[in-house]
This record gives sequence, C-alpha cells and structure tokens, in this order.
Amino acid sequence: MAILLEKDTTVLVQGITGREGSARAAFMKGYGTKVVAGVTPGRGGEEISGIPVYNTVEEAVRTQGRIDASVTFVPGPGLKDAVFEAIDGGIKFIVMPVERVPLYDILEMMAYAKLKGVRLLGPGSIGAISPGIAVMGWLGGTPEFAKRVFVPGPVGVISRSGGQSGTVPWAIKEAGLGVTTVVHIGTEPVLGQSFGDILPLFQADEDTKAVAIFGEIGGPYEEEAAEAVRKKEFTKPLVVFVAGAWAPEGMRFSHASSIIERGKGSAKDKIKSLKEAGVHVVDRPDEIGPTLKRLLNA
Amino acid sequence: MARLYEYQGKQLLKAGKVPIPQGEVATTPQEAGKIAGKIGKPVAVKAQIWAGGRGKAGGIKFASNPQEAEKVAGDLLGSTLKDLKVEKVLIEEKLDIDKEYYVGVIIDASREVRAPIVMFSTEGGVDIESVPPEKIAQTTVDVLRGFRLYDALNLAVQLKVPNQHLTSIAQAIMGLFQTFKAYNCRTAEINPLVLTKEGKILAGDCRMAIDDSSVFRHPELGIEVAREASTPPTELDKIAWQIEEGDLRGTCYIAQMAPEIKELNYVGYHGIGGGGAILGVDALNRQGLKIANYADTSGNPTAAKVYRAAKLIINQPGIEGYMLGGFIVANQEQWHHAHGVVKALREEIPKRPGFPCVILLCGNREKESMEILKEGTSDLPGRFEFYGSDKVYETEFLAKRMKALILEYRKDRGITG
Repeated sequence: MAILLEKDTTVLVQGITGREGSARAAFMKGYGTKVVAGVTPGRGGEEISGIPVYNTVEEAVRTQGRIDASVTFVPGPGLKDAVFEAIDGGIKFIVMPVERVPLYDILEMMAYAKLKGVRLLGPGSIGAISPGIAVMGWLGGTPEFAKRVFVPGPVGVISRSGGQSGTVPWAIKEAGLGVTTVVHIGTEPVLGQSFGDILPLFQADEDTKAVAIFGEIGGPYEEEAAEAVRKKEFTKPLVVFVAGAWAPEGMRFSHASSIIERGKGSAKDKIKSLKEAGVHVVDRPDEIGPTLKRLLNA
Repeated sequence: MARLYEYQGKQLLKAGKVPIPQGEVATTPQEAGKIAGKIGKPVAVKAQIWAGGRGKAGGIKFASNPQEAEKVAGDLLGSTLKDLKVEKVLIEEKLDIDKEYYVGVIIDASREVRAPIVMFSTEGGVDIESVPPEKIAQTTVDVLRGFRLYDALNLAVQLKVPNQHLTSIAQAIMGLFQTFKAYNCRTAEINPLVLTKEGKILAGDCRMAIDDSSVFRHPELGIEVAREASTPPTELDKIAWQIEEGDLRGTCYIAQMAPEIKELNYVGYHGIGGGGAILGVDALNRQGLKIANYADTSGNPTAAKVYRAAKLIINQPGIEGYMLGGFIVANQEQWHHAHGVVKALREEIPKRPGFPCVILLCGNREKESMEILKEGTSDLPGRFEFYGSDKVYETEFLAKRMKALILEYRKDRGITG
C-alpha cells in the first residue's frame, strides 16, 4: 500500500513533447508508472517513449477512458490553462512540477480545484514516489538513482524541499528503514497540499507506521501538521525537522514559500507549535533516522 | 526587487482610481523645492525607503514653503534611516487629517483558505498587527466570483462608517483590490487611508510587493531584481541576477547578506538546493560563523553557471572561507558542480594561499565528481577538505571543520582571535 499513487493509477503527462516532459515521461514509465497518454497541442498521433500523444486532454480521456492523474510539464505562465484543462477532463489528482507561476493564476487554480473536488500537488512540487510501485514528477531523476535512494519500508515522508525529498529517505535507508510514499508539497507561495492534507492519508495507510517531515521557515504548513496531530487526524509517531533557525525576517530563501513575513513563520514558532502538539521535533537533520528507529523499535 | 516604493505604489493606485495626494518624487533638493512651488501649499517631504516606522525614525518632515521644502529634502536625501540610504523623497500636499483608516490585501496560504483576504479597519495609521480584532473587518475573496463593490461596502458598513463616506471608502477598497489583482501583488496596503477635514478620501501611504513570478508581466515597473528582500539589491545581487536571467538551465540564487565586511568570521556560502542550503547556514551560525551571502545552485545548472556563482562568492572581500554546502543527496548531474567549482577555485585560490574550503557534494555520480574536485585542486595552495554522502546530514561536524580551518588560516596571517 501507499498513498496518492498506487500500482493501477493511470497517469497523463501534459507537455509530453517538451524537453522536460519527454525525459520525465520516460523516467516515470521506466520506473513502473502506468503512463497511458501525453498531451501537446499540434502533436496528436505521435508517440513519446511508446506513450501515445493527444492534442487535448479531452481527446486523451475520450480515447483512453479513465485517467486518474496528470503531471504538468508546462512553463509557469501556461500552467493555469493546463490545470483547468485537466480538471475539465475529469482528472482528480494533478502534480505540478513547475516553479515561477504567477500568484493570481495559482489562486484561480486552487479555487477551481476546490470547486471540482480535485487534489493539486504543488506548484513547484517535484512529485511523489511510492518505492517499487510508481512515481509522478521527477523525484528520483533516473530509475537507477530512484531505486538506490528510495527503498520500501514503514515511513511516510513529506517535505517542503525537493532535494530533501530525496535526502530524508536516504537518511532513513541509512538507519536501516524504508519508505511507503514520499511527497514533496512544493515551493510556491500557495500550495495545493499542506502537511495537514497529507498526514490524514498516511493515517489511513496501514503500511505507514510513522511519518517524517522536513519543514522550513515561512508559511502555515508546520503549524497545520501540529493542528492535524492535535485534532487526532494523525496519531502515529511523527518526527519533524525545521530548517532555518537562523533566518532573518523578510528575506526569501530560494523557495518562494520560505520567507518569514509579518513576524510569522519563524522556525522558533513552528517548533513551539509542534512540540505543544506532542510531535517529536529533532534539532538536527542527522537525528531524523535514529529517532524514527527508536520510535518504531526497529 | 518586487517591493515597490510608496511613490511607485501610489502611481498604480491612481491608475486604479484610488485618489492620492498631489505630489511628485524628487532626487535633489532643488527638484523638491520646485515641486513644492508647483503644489503651492504646505507640503510633506517623505523619505522613500522600504521600512515601517518611517515617521518615528524622522523620515517624514513638513515644510510650509518651497525654500523650506528644499532644505528638509536636503537633510533627508543622502541620509541613512533604519540602515537604508535615502535616495528619493516624495513631496506631497500636506493633508489636513480628520480620521485615518486602513485597507489591506494579503494572501492567506492556509489550507482552509488559499485565497486573498481583504481587510479594512477604522484604526489606520498604526501597525495593523496592533489593532484589536473587533476593529478589523475582513472578507475572503472567491477569485472565481471576484470581489464586488458591495463586498467593499459591507466591510465599511460592518465597522459603522458614516453614510456620507461609505461610497468613497468602498471605492478605495475596491481600487486597492483591483490594483492588487492587476499587478499580481503579494501584499498591498493603504495605511493610512485618510479622511481629510474637507471630507475627501485619499491614500496617505502605501506599501506594495509584486509577486516575483509575475514581474515579467509588468516590464513598465522597471523592477531590477525580482526577489523579495528587505533591502534594495546590491551590486553583487544584480550581477547574480544576470547570471540567473541569462541562463535558464537550473537555478542560481545569490543574495548578499553583508555587503561590507568589517569583522572576522564571515564565510562565502554556496548552498545546493533550497532546503539543504539552509541546513549549513544554521550550523555555521551555531559555530559563531556568519555568511556573507546566501546562495543556491540547483535544478541541474550548467558548469558555467556554477562557476560564475562560485567565483562571485569566493571574491567577496573580507571572507575567511568558502563552503560548498551540498546537504542533499541530489540526482542532478553533480559533475557539473565539480567542474564549475574547480574552475573558480583554480582562478581564485592562487590569489589567497591557505584559503579554507570545505566542500560537501553528494548524490549522482558522487565518486567521479569527487575525483574531479580532488584532482582539479591538488596543486592549489588552499586548505581543502572534501566530503560525500556519508556526511550529508553531519551539519555540525562540517561547520566545526570550517571553523577549525579558518582559525588555522588566521594563524598564517598573524591574526589572533
């Protein structure tokens, strides 16, 4: 078992003929993901890595039947249209590995997805991976690298950093454990999924026995993880690390979401809120693996 | 830079049909005097800086005639307020204030909302954080439906704004929201929104920040560096931005933290990956070291881009060491980083013998990348230590090594401390 993507999840790649889209589609398929179709206007009828290309999402869905999820390899300014098209095509889960998306576009996507009951991951999410099952996005990069870094096991991982979405599972592997699903929630200022949205999914997943979170300064995400624990939407062991203890206010640290604004979002406040909820907050990243091991008695 | 000065924000408000005081921006005292003459009544001379509490810091002065305006503008221009240099002043008609309101639009990223929120308060002119909640009316905007004039009216009605001012206040709220949307703001605020004794509603001050990712839609704003920061871009920031804009393969994010280093303990910091890069900074800080700059080269940049970043970082005067903080088991092609960093080190280290470099690089083809780094620096006179993925989360250890090498380097130079 895993969350968000399972063995039979059918996946569409929007922007499949682009440099990123074609390379990542081949990676996803090579890892075992059921990539059933791709879309690029004007390129219908072609094939990319054996995946049929359609002109529109509607055409892809009409020909392929049900498609569960889409990954959008579309430049930021064009993302809104791609997401609206996927939602109108009846797709219920959309992964957006795209950065530098105009903010008001993101807000419109969020509103439309909420209206239609669609789950958005990102923008700026490099994706999600369930080891040995499937990957959406480009988490792992190549099938070989993905197999080396992500091994199956009892820990769910959620991260605000794309790079740390690979590094935390690596540290978990070094501790002799493995992962069920790894989710990168993205880097843009407003995100479709918060830690608070993902934790209940891990709660419902029998194979996930504990969760590790890599947090950062800025935004409401760590506080929402604490809230999910307080409300008992998540009751399994939770280990959290928050990066940026040193960070001054008002400056952005690479990620558009990593900024302390109006005195809110500091590492100190986040750690306090998590500790009050009873979460295991570690001070240093090298404590994530050993702490999980201790909590799982593994 | 995505933050706007008051005078820029007010021009956008004016285009959005929010009334603003009569006024113009000046860069010299003579200009200021001339503008005051044109206005023909007592004026306010306002320093244009990105900082709150400007009035208390002495950044707003009044003048009753053009000669006086010229004098106070001369006092303000070139002075330093809240660590920021004043390069422009806004000369505006002095308002005869009856009451001050507040209007603001922010974006709430929390999971229940994920939408803009429009706020209105009858307690303007102070920091909105200090206003009690019952004095603030707010509404969440459904962006698919839009924000309507009656939404704005409802905010004003809720706080019992007298009938004669309702429409003009609602129109100002509406105008701010429309400006916020049209210019893709991350935040927009009119504080205070002034009711004059003559019964007019005007934007007394305004703060706006444009979303970095939307700056490309507004070339007319002339924003040099589309990045949020609390200070205007330094020369190094501008060069780094050119590296980024000129080559879209991968990210090169550099922000200068200490433009003029006058003390010890500064490190040129070269992180990899947004989250990972911060890890090293936290650890260096715990060892009493400071970063001269923050940097992140990730997303598989070319060797040329990494080289330019590394060279820029090492070249900062006054730094005592260089750290490549690759706290990430990365799937990006790490040999590009190895090649880029080696080229920069080969050019820079011979100029500074004994210079400490702690280099952490992990992930894709780590062994080969490490060989490139070691071989490429073997004949250089620096102090090098190289680490791979078995140390990826050993942040404290690496920061301690940086500190130890810096202390040795100080001995070389006969510096104690």
